[in-house]
Amino acid sequence: MKRWYMLTVVGADRPGIVARLSETLYHGGCNLGEASMARLGGNFSIMLMAQTDTDIEALRLLLAPLARELNLHVHLDRIEAQLHEHVEPNLRITVSGADRAGIVAEVTGALARAGFNILDLYSDVAGTAAKPIYVMIIDGFAPQGAEALEAALAPLRKTGVDLRLTPLDTLIG
Amino acid sequence: MAILEVLRYPDARLKQVSSAVVEFDERLHRFAADLEATMRASPGCVGLAAPQVNYFQRIALVDVSAKPKLPHNGRMLLINPVILEQHGAVVGREGCLSVPDFTGNVLRAERIVVRSHDLDGAPHEYRCQGYEARAVLHELDHLDGLLFLDRVESPRQDLFRRKNYK
Repeated sequence: MKRWYMLTVVGADRPGIVARLSETLYHGGCNLGEASMARLGGNFSIMLMAQTDTDIEALRLLLAPLARELNLHVHLDRIEAQLHEHVEPNLRITVSGADRAGIVAEVTGALARAGFNILDLYSDVAGTAAKPIYVMIIDGFAPQGAEALEAALAPLRKTGVDLRLTPLDTLIG
Repeated sequence: MAILEVLRYPDARLKQVSSAVVEFDERLHRFAADLEATMRASPGCVGLAAPQVNYFQRIALVDVSAKPKLPHNGRMLLINPVILEQHGAVVGREGCLSVPDFTGNVLRAERIVVRSHDLDGAPHEYRCQGYEARAVLHELDHLDGLLFLDRVESPRQDLFRRKNYK
């Protein structure tokens, strides 16, 4: 029976990791599902869904030689998963400001208390080493729409964080 | 009126370029009614182009009037449409009946002027902006065998090219 696994792979970035990883999985009988790769602080990171009829130990053995050769950390989880179950976001929240500890916790805490469900989050530290700026873009679903969130986020604006709420209405044509 | 079958990517017929409508006859009227019935049968759908239902003539239907608080021209049946002007550019999220369960960001003009004909062959000009302009451009792409997949951008690039990127 085919089962889904979530693979998390982390290591020093270099060209060719995705190719080697996906070739190994393909030749090992895996079918890939959704995946997301990001280069974070010079590190390679990917999370990907792989479907196979082998058990988790066999999957571990399949990836072990590659992990050793490229010095990658591989983490495997057996997951319950379905494809074709995307949830469409209805709101984008863009956050920026002088970088400091706590911005993500404060913003996402306020969002969670207001019932907002984060579907996608991207953040970066830009600016210069002396004056770093923090930028975060969150797409998600606000059950009560943008107005309800404005009130929840208002106190944060006073702390010097810039917040912009943009309703998303996906055009279907 | 009939609800027509919608072609789905990767059906190669979606890449076909449609030809101009020449005969403004009873058959065209019947097809336009079927196209509209098919669009109305999909909740939330704001446009449909003839090639999406396996009919390769330059006909598209757009109606964003059900969306709240948007400037719009109501129901627009666009026959042999031509874009006369486009201004500005804005990124927005799109999906398509022909590409189920995938949405992506696409850069489109913010304001357009489009000229087209109606069912009796009379010319009309429409000024569209924002969401409606996006819908028209999305449908007109279908007439040239293009899908939004051909224009989709990485969500990660959004930050760098938002509104009025020229």
